[in-house]
Amino acid sequence: MQGEKIVLLGVNHKTTPVEVREKIALSTGYEEPLIALKNITGVKEYYLLSTCNRVELLLVTDAGAEVEDAIIEFLFGSRIPREECRNYLYLHYGEEAIHHLFMVAASLDSMVVGEAQILGQLKEAYRHAAQFNCTGPLLNKLLHKSFSVAKRVRTETAIGSSAVSISYAAVQLAKKIFGNLQEKKVMLVGAGEMAELAAEHLVGQGVGSVVVANRTLARAVDLAKRFNGTAVSIEELVSQLEHVDIIISSTGATDIILYKEQVKAIMRSRMNKPLFFIDIAVPRDLDPKLIDIDNVYLYDIDDLSSVVEMNKSERDKEAIKASRIVDEETLKFQRWCQGMAVTPTIQALKSRIESIGRNELERTLTRMGDISEKDRKNLEKMISSLTSKLLHNPLMYLKEESCAGRDNSDRKITVVREIFGLGNGDEHKSS
Amino acid sequence: MEEINNLLYQLVLVVTFVAAAAYIVFFISQNKRIRKIARVILLASGILQTLYIAFRFVLVGHTPITSHHEAVVFFAWATTWAYLSFRWRYTVKNFGTFVTVLIFSLLLVASFSSWEILPLVPALQSLWLPIHAGVSIIAYGFLSLAFCGGLMYLLLERELKSKKFGYFFARFPSLDALDQLNSHCLTAGFVFLTLGIVTGSIWARQAWGTYWHWDPKETWSLITWFLYLVQVHQRFTVGWRGKKAAVMAIVGFASVVFTLWGVTYLLGGVHSYAG
Repeated sequence: MQGEKIVLLGVNHKTTPVEVREKIALSTGYEEPLIALKNITGVKEYYLLSTCNRVELLLVTDAGAEVEDAIIEFLFGSRIPREECRNYLYLHYGEEAIHHLFMVAASLDSMVVGEAQILGQLKEAYRHAAQFNCTGPLLNKLLHKSFSVAKRVRTETAIGSSAVSISYAAVQLAKKIFGNLQEKKVMLVGAGEMAELAAEHLVGQGVGSVVVANRTLARAVDLAKRFNGTAVSIEELVSQLEHVDIIISSTGATDIILYKEQVKAIMRSRMNKPLFFIDIAVPRDLDPKLIDIDNVYLYDIDDLSSVVEMNKSERDKEAIKASRIVDEETLKFQRWCQGMAVTPTIQALKSRIESIGRNELERTLTRMGDISEKDRKNLEKMISSLTSKLLHNPLMYLKEESCAGRDNSDRKITVVREIFGLGNGDEHKSS
Repeated sequence: MEEINNLLYQLVLVVTFVAAAAYIVFFISQNKRIRKIARVILLASGILQTLYIAFRFVLVGHTPITSHHEAVVFFAWATTWAYLSFRWRYTVKNFGTFVTVLIFSLLLVASFSSWEILPLVPALQSLWLPIHAGVSIIAYGFLSLAFCGGLMYLLLERELKSKKFGYFFARFPSLDALDQLNSHCLTAGFVFLTLGIVTGSIWARQAWGTYWHWDPKETWSLITWFLYLVQVHQRFTVGWRGKKAAVMAIVGFASVVFTLWGVTYLLGGVHSYAG
């Protein structure tokens, strides 16, 4: 257990442009990468978070830089030159890693500060990691703590109430282009959660009608029903462009699904009425060259963030308050870690037993009055061998390597601390 | 009398300058109270301009639109009232700033040319003068609004396309509102421009015996008219809108300005003011 440390590494919307993120994004779901990570030696616990704005790995490891290299290899593969990777990647250790995780959970690191989606994504990521036994006592504790930090931030600050989301930004842009959204038609391509949310916002702003295009028609029909809209199949995408004004695309397609030439051809029959495309898929669905067409406006997820950026100043005050909470919780957790780690427990146990022995020895010596130097030595020797024998088994118990990869140190520490009355690591937390 | 008239003009200049300054302050600060003040000042400027023109009418005994100075003041007046009448019907966010600056620029230009009152050439002494010149200038007023709208459209469109949302994004109305504005002003301006050309040619028939005799100003008016005709036609048939329409509004306005000034200075002809 010695030298064990928490490492967080990843990329997010701040450090990495969408062109790179879409290459890293784990589009296959959590299962495959989580299993693949098991093969990296030296990693004791790990969990993986992948959203459209970030890919992050949290590890507990006692190995050195070779694990980091292996993880980087895993993340970037051969898709991106190695020397470039380091520019995009951020690496945090220990307290910094904890702080970052809390910031993410509390939605302070989000593109849209204060949005609530991230916590759900975090929980889901954790659920997957736990399911594959990737997390251990430390990460379990840490992640649960991050959820409660997020909750605390949400209840104690107003950061969520003014939460401006990507969908809000989309509405704002739509209004800048169309003015009045009534009688405008919105089409959802793909049935992602984000798209759904954006559509909800637009409908709330009075958008006339909703069309849903999806690969599986059944899903499209379901979603369309929610908005009192109509469902079409994805093959009708291009012909539908003639009738709709706002297109929100969020399919899981790995390639571009709509090209510049296709849209250009449709503009004439639209009488050049403006088209507003929002591409919230990563990897992107829409040809970035669409923007070159007159009266066509295209925004991908990064572009929306700059709109969000504008609305930010209002929330800055709340964010300061929120990050104070995060700092506080990071500190508490750090203390807890220190208290709960095996080494400090061993030390505490040793000093407890040894101090008992020393105290009792001194008391006996004063009561005995004059004794020879030799007797005194013998007594001391007896006490020290007594203590070390007493300590032997508990220490072995603590130091013992976990069996079958299962790490029980958390439980063991608690047991030892309770039996020997070493106090609970939590005592610092009650402040 | 002339003294008072000059004084009145100076007052118009000062008031319009204050209105433009107030609008710019509003544009930067977005303080609604300042906008209210700016509007009142602009209205005052409009009334003063009207007074000035009326005063001059009494002074010269005919519609004061025959010297260069008078024509440009009339232009500014038409723009002012086109804007004010427009505002009556619907608001376009921060449009006033652009228009007021344009009005002030026009008045400033007018102040540099001779304010002198000159007797009217016999050829121009007719009832057609106020009709022809008035209608044409009103057309110019609307077309200059279309120009301001077009300019704003291009600025906003550039921010939207480049995805750098800065200064104008927060302050400008929607692209659609600007395009609508363009469309309305264009339609109104085009109707008046057509009327101006028709009345002009009727008057020409009476004064010189031919409907059209290819005087440079007539030619340029016709070019301008065609430029706007193309816009109106394209808008309603193939849906020319947005950027193209905005660019055309600016090109059209450049042609208007050239017809008003360039022709007089560079090419001469019967329309040369106070020839």
